[in-house]
Amino acid sequence: IYPHEPKHKKKVNKGSTAPRTFYLLKDIKFLLHEPIVNKFREYKVFVRKLRKAYGKSEWSTVDRLKDNKPTYKLDHIVKERYPTFIDALRDLDDALSMCFLFSTFPRTGKCHVQTVQLCRRLAVEFLNYVIASRSLRKVFLSIKGIYYQAEVLGQPVTWITPYTFAHDHPTDVDYRVMATFTEFYTTLLGFVNFRLYQSLNLHYPPKIDGQADVELKPAEGKDYAMDSESYLEKLSALSASLARVVAPTHEDEVEMDEFPVEGETAEQMDARKKEQEALEKHKKLFEGLRFFLNREVPREPLAFIIRCFGGQVSWDKSLCIGATYDVRDPSITHQIVDRPQVGKQVVGRYYLQPQWVFDSVNAKLCLPVADYFPGVLLPPHLSPFVTEQEGDYVPPEKLKLLAMQRGENPDEESEEEEEEEEEEEDDNDKEEEEEEDESEKEEEMKLKKMEEQKTQSNKGLPVKVTAGKLRLEDKQRLEQEQQSEEKRLAIMMMKKREKYLYKKIMFGKKRKVREANKLAAKRKAHDTAVKEEKKKSKKARRA
Amino acid sequence: LQDIRNTVGNIPMEWYQDFPHVGYNLDGKKIYKPIRNKDELDMFLEKMENPDYWRTVQDKMTGADIKLTDEQVDLVHRLQRGQFGDVRFDPYEPAVDFFTHEVMIHPVTNRPADKRSFIPSLTEKEKVSKLVHAIKMGWIKPRKPKDDTPTYYDLWAHEDPNSILGRHKMHVPAPKMKLPGHEESYNPPPEYLLSEEEKLAWEQQEPAERKLNFVPQQYRCLRAVPAYSRFIHERFERCLDLYLCPRQRKMRVNVDPEDLIPKLPKPRDLQPFPTTQALVTEPRQPPARRPCPCPCPWLTLPCPAGSDDCTVRFWEVCTARCMKTLPVGGVVKSVAWNPNPTVCLVAICVEQSVLLVNPCLGDKLLYGATDQLLESYVAPEEERVQPVQWVTATMEEHSKGVRLVVQHSKAVKQVTWHGKGDYFASVVSDNSNMQVLIHQTSKRWSQNPFRKSKGLVQCVLFHPIRPYFFVATQRYVRVYNLLKQELTKKLMTNCKWVSSMAIHPGGDNIICGSYDSKLAWFDLDLSTRPYQMLRHHKKALRSVAFHKHYPLFASGSDDGTVIVCHGMVYNDLLQNPLLVPVKVLKGHAMTLDLGVLDVLFHPTQPWVFSSGADGTVRLYT
Repeated sequence: IYPHEPKHKKKVNKGSTAPRTFYLLKDIKFLLHEPIVNKFREYKVFVRKLRKAYGKSEWSTVDRLKDNKPTYKLDHIVKERYPTFIDALRDLDDALSMCFLFSTFPRTGKCHVQTVQLCRRLAVEFLNYVIASRSLRKVFLSIKGIYYQAEVLGQPVTWITPYTFAHDHPTDVDYRVMATFTEFYTTLLGFVNFRLYQSLNLHYPPKIDGQADVELKPAEGKDYAMDSESYLEKLSALSASLARVVAPTHEDEVEMDEFPVEGETAEQMDARKKEQEALEKHKKLFEGLRFFLNREVPREPLAFIIRCFGGQVSWDKSLCIGATYDVRDPSITHQIVDRPQVGKQVVGRYYLQPQWVFDSVNAKLCLPVADYFPGVLLPPHLSPFVTEQEGDYVPPEKLKLLAMQRGENPDEESEEEEEEEEEEEDDNDKEEEEEEDESEKEEEMKLKKMEEQKTQSNKGLPVKVTAGKLRLEDKQRLEQEQQSEEKRLAIMMMKKREKYLYKKIMFGKKRKVREANKLAAKRKAHDTAVKEEKKKSKKARRA
Repeated sequence: LQDIRNTVGNIPMEWYQDFPHVGYNLDGKKIYKPIRNKDELDMFLEKMENPDYWRTVQDKMTGADIKLTDEQVDLVHRLQRGQFGDVRFDPYEPAVDFFTHEVMIHPVTNRPADKRSFIPSLTEKEKVSKLVHAIKMGWIKPRKPKDDTPTYYDLWAHEDPNSILGRHKMHVPAPKMKLPGHEESYNPPPEYLLSEEEKLAWEQQEPAERKLNFVPQQYRCLRAVPAYSRFIHERFERCLDLYLCPRQRKMRVNVDPEDLIPKLPKPRDLQPFPTTQALVTEPRQPPARRPCPCPCPWLTLPCPAGSDDCTVRFWEVCTARCMKTLPVGGVVKSVAWNPNPTVCLVAICVEQSVLLVNPCLGDKLLYGATDQLLESYVAPEEERVQPVQWVTATMEEHSKGVRLVVQHSKAVKQVTWHGKGDYFASVVSDNSNMQVLIHQTSKRWSQNPFRKSKGLVQCVLFHPIRPYFFVATQRYVRVYNLLKQELTKKLMTNCKWVSSMAIHPGGDNIICGSYDSKLAWFDLDLSTRPYQMLRHHKKALRSVAFHKHYPLFASGSDDGTVIVCHGMVYNDLLQNPLLVPVKVLKGHAMTLDLGVLDVLFHPTQPWVFSSGADGTVRLYT
């Protein structure tokens, strides 16, 4: 149940306007029937007994009570809140974000160790599912954390993970509220995971494929952690694929039968097919590529992303368990580096900055590597979640990207052009400016003429008869004017409420346009500044 | 052993409270209480003076005061400290073990050990066997190790769409978090970074007002990106939102703004109406503050313009020539032509009097007939008491065209003719019941129709056909029936201050302009509330006018515009009037925050005259 906004706030609040939360009596009565309420009561009694026993220092009683600590399950609440599985998937965003956040908490202090461990386990399980199903679609490196968007059974699920740093725990946050939410979310996520694994015929709890592999590892695993934990660690390394209940007999290869939907034209069918193909291609983006992550690179997100798109990934053996191959492996195609310089370069592999992986995933194609070499100034990292509508500001990088996705290759051309431009430099710029100026002037002239005509027509007695050519324009202009005037008059006749609405909409539109213009102007200023700097540096070099 | 002097025994001594004695001695004689006649003051003095007072106690058994000895005081002290009473007693002397401090050759007891100490206990055996039996039977089970890890199963194995609770169908799923835009990137395009001013503005805003809850920042590489310090905050706030925010479906208006614009007939289809400015009089110097154009009933005839420079000018519309200038010697407030086509007469308000002027323009027969009509007046035998004075013009005035002068006691604001042209009404700026006066030209007598004043009268109007009389006060328009002499209706204008009023020639519709820039259209048959409020103007309306024949009405306002609207009234009573604005006429310049002061239609042509504060009269055709 949720709070309810009363219609008469003052009436309900007995005359005061202080902000309060209101619940419907009906809702509260409904909650009273919840079986978990009894469990809570039991828990309360338990706490009371325990306190009494402590007070009397009856330790055996304390032990006994602790052993019989009443527990409650949230299963039925999950079921009640999400009657269907799709409902649960739809609300998975917050659950995932919360679990990922809690899984990064330290094992002490703020919450129970079990909760943190459980969160970690569930999060890793979910990541493994996403890898196995290859359902990751978008990733975004924000200053807040890393956003991921996966498409699980047709539902987009977005979650954010913080960067792996120690949290400085704020004092003005009520962790009990968060813990309560997490309790519910872990339950939810556990069930969802179970169902998802089932849908892929995977073991739940997950098992790493290839028992031989596992047997080899324990000796190594012991170096890092205890036996019980090493399993989870290995799982969280994300490098190994999961064991299936039924051996995968290339079931993926089975072609989907096409059911022509009635009322769907061939074009739509084709479009759908194309989309499907694009999706398949996107899923196999990194297929056949072998990555190696340097130790300064955030391992988990990158490993996750690369594995999600079919790439193979490894890292330094001392960094984390689960490394599958070494730096010296000659078959490595890409090495992800986040340092200005690379000490020893091996021929036959690209050294790239991590942003390349993210940008490639978002662009749905392997981007040209030249922009992402170590030490190079990176191109801006754009958000894949923004879909520009008409009239919105589109950054030029996005335009470039869209063109590339369409299959054109404007990048090189534009670059060449840019270079040419730069070479041509001053003349071109000046000319352009002049052209612009001229066109502006022309426009101004036109406007002036029009105004003159207007005033003349207003007077009704055209003293000077102008040439016929101008009349033609005049007619168009007049028609436009008439239309706009009609509109204005009609607006005058609008009802008050509608007029208010109309004005609001128009205001919103105008604001949008203004913002877009502002961004564009800023960009332009920035570009010119950069260009000038380049020129200066070039001149300096020449000198 | 204590010496027993009193033999009463261990009884509460209160029993002897009321007796003179406290008991009996060994001889059976009464022991009398010592005589005590000390009052509080004596007690106090004794307390102050007797150094042994503190160690004096009263013996309850004998009632005598006893002074404690030093030993006794010591004892009391020791007891108070929780020590032993006996001084000589040593509580800490070394303990001597009774049994073992000296080894004896014989046992203390020589009892042989019990048999039961050698054989297993039967009761215990019974208990254990019971437990064993219970374990064997599976009644007692070892404590299960607690399994903390929750077990998961396929919760949605049996999805039954029918079992969904009714209330769940009403469930409003929480909106998802907003997805990040380009500006949240760790390496955003440069235009998304905030400039210095924007950053400053961002910092000065309230956290709740900010559009972005973070400052976009650029890092050169992924390695340099720090942790986001408000991450936990954001998750927490999301949690709070999820459980504390009321969830309700808000109807978001998703309409094309173009659809909101009402579909009106095109102005082009509603022609004729004035569209362009045809004539402008030259701005008068000093500027005429209140010129009132007033076209006469005849097509070609001149229109007089009253003005602040104490003249009334007559213009001929078709030639745009000023035919006549009539100096009246006072500020002209209002001018009105007689609507009767057979009479050529103009009523002019000049200060405290109303002049009836025959301009002697146009058809000679006509103005001759008018003069004759005025001269045919025969004074009645008995003088009637009149609120005003009717004065025939002097010869000099007569030559200028003035025929009659109706002298009021106060300044006259407005004059308006009845449709037949015999009666006219004048409004006096006064607070009493004499505000409105109705005059009859032919009989030259006036009457005051109202006994009480109902507020400041703004303007009055005659119904064109029926004997109704409209009086507009600040907030209301009252409709009086002149025949029955009663109030028939009171129209609520919903305006703050009515400025002007005009009536449709059909007589069923009225428009009221007000100073709060609203125009109210009343349908008299419909209700006393406005049928429609038109808020076309940006500033106060000064004047409104109906056209005599065409379905047009115009309103002039302080914003310098005249808006001409199409106001079609249908004969069919079921059909509501159709109001369409057709033209905004601009031209008047703003002077002293005043724009258009008066508007008026040509009686036959779809032309509109307007006079402005800039001293011009404009004709739009």
